[in-house]
Amino acid sequence: MDELITYAPELARGFLENVKLSLVALVVSFILGTILVAMRVSPTPVLRAAGTVYVNVVRNTPLTLVLAFSALGLSDQLGLVFSDQPETNSFWIVGLGLGAYTAAFVCEALRAGINTVPMGQAEASRAIGLTFFQTLTMIILPQAFRAVIAPLGSVVIAMIKNSTVATAGGFLADSAATMKIVFDTTGASIPIFLGVIAAFMVLILPIGYFTGWLSRKLAVVR
Amino acid sequence: MSTSVLFDAPGPRARVRNHLLTLVSVILVAAVLYGVYRGFDAKGQWEGKIWEPFIQAETWQVYIIPGLIGTLKAAAAAAVLAMLFGAVFGLARLSDHAWIRVPAGLVVEVFRAIPLLLLIFFIFYLAPSVLGGGDYAFFAVVLGLTLYNGSVLAEIVRAGVLSVARGQSEAGYAIGMRKNQVMRMVLLPQAITVMMPAIVSQLVVLLKDTALGYIIAYVDLLNTGFKILPAVFFGSLIPAAIVIGIIYVALNMSLSYLATWLERRTRRSRKVTAGPVEPPGAMAAVGAGQPTGGGDLPIVD
Repeated sequence: MDELITYAPELARGFLENVKLSLVALVVSFILGTILVAMRVSPTPVLRAAGTVYVNVVRNTPLTLVLAFSALGLSDQLGLVFSDQPETNSFWIVGLGLGAYTAAFVCEALRAGINTVPMGQAEASRAIGLTFFQTLTMIILPQAFRAVIAPLGSVVIAMIKNSTVATAGGFLADSAATMKIVFDTTGASIPIFLGVIAAFMVLILPIGYFTGWLSRKLAVVR
Repeated sequence: MSTSVLFDAPGPRARVRNHLLTLVSVILVAAVLYGVYRGFDAKGQWEGKIWEPFIQAETWQVYIIPGLIGTLKAAAAAAVLAMLFGAVFGLARLSDHAWIRVPAGLVVEVFRAIPLLLLIFFIFYLAPSVLGGGDYAFFAVVLGLTLYNGSVLAEIVRAGVLSVARGQSEAGYAIGMRKNQVMRMVLLPQAITVMMPAIVSQLVVLLKDTALGYIIAYVDLLNTGFKILPAVFFGSLIPAAIVIGIIYVALNMSLSYLATWLERRTRRSRKVTAGPVEPPGAMAAVGAGQPTGGGDLPIVD
């Protein structure tokens, strides 16, 4: 227990970095994921194919490889640099890499949501003379959005947990790296491990319960 | 396109518009690809010299194949153990006895919510002090993957058994079967068919997550291909990333196709009374702390 108290400030700083990384990745992945899903459901075969290739490649590549490649390949070799500070640079590299990775899952969650809306809904709305835009905004999206809450919650939770892989992208200030550094001096310490995972659970469990509750509350009864 | 809920079958005007859109998007995609090509070219990434190692048999024999074997070994060991873990804890969560059900539920929920890398780190550092000196990279990777994926599989098993129509177990009890007979002879045979796609999808996640071993220096494909190989053949970092990326994608996609095929077969089958269990989206190092109450299917990820 003493070890946890001694190292608490450092561990908290590490955890805060995970939260910050997750926020960056959240924004990036939702924007990119929305663009991707628009591509994947568009009436244009080329855009559909491009979206499909991106999603399949990214989903089947280990996140560790994505982040290591972003850091060593994109940043060091190809000169994609955001900042002169190595730590700030790797923060953005990891944040954007995690966002680009999670975008594939956001896209799939959104697409699954659109697919839960039965054909009959769109057909009925066209039959009563709604335009394409009205059908989209008044019939399909409201239903799709409700179906998507719980899966998106899962994606966000997974993303928060994945932010610990930041080490692979050369960002050495997050929880995993901090815990490792502390373990190097104290040896494996059960209180420290429990403290770190408790922090994650405090962040993750409410998101899971909230999105689960919200999706049940808003569920479309069919 | 007529199968999409979003769009009506296009008329003449919509078809012209779609063709224009196609043209614009071809130009756009081509521009992006050309931009990437030029970016690589400017940094000399297309030079034959740095790609040459990958057409030599020795590179594959010394670096890539041993790494691939390391990855597959860890994945196979963890897959077998995780399925055992999942079966035991999934069934334990369905037990009628609270003293079995509650602890099993706790274990499953906790291991699903821990970031996998932290778990692997912890095991990696704890093992030497408990079990004595030695190299525990393989042990930590396999145990971490087992505990995490096993917990997800336990949820799949539970959802699979709960998804079998109630009449099935009631009929079993009505003809005088015991609890374990109902489970063994009525519920599990149907549940396993239903669970297969979700299980295979989770195995894809497991295979992908073996790459976390890279961080604790386990000798896997990512380690030999992306750390050691570029150190030997200077400048080949990007080609190496592309080659091992292709290997990972090919491995995972073939497993994913197996899952899709199994799912389609399950949907067709009339022998089972339940639809396929929601396959957990294949996301690495994940596990949603998504609470699944009662008979909900786990929307794990």
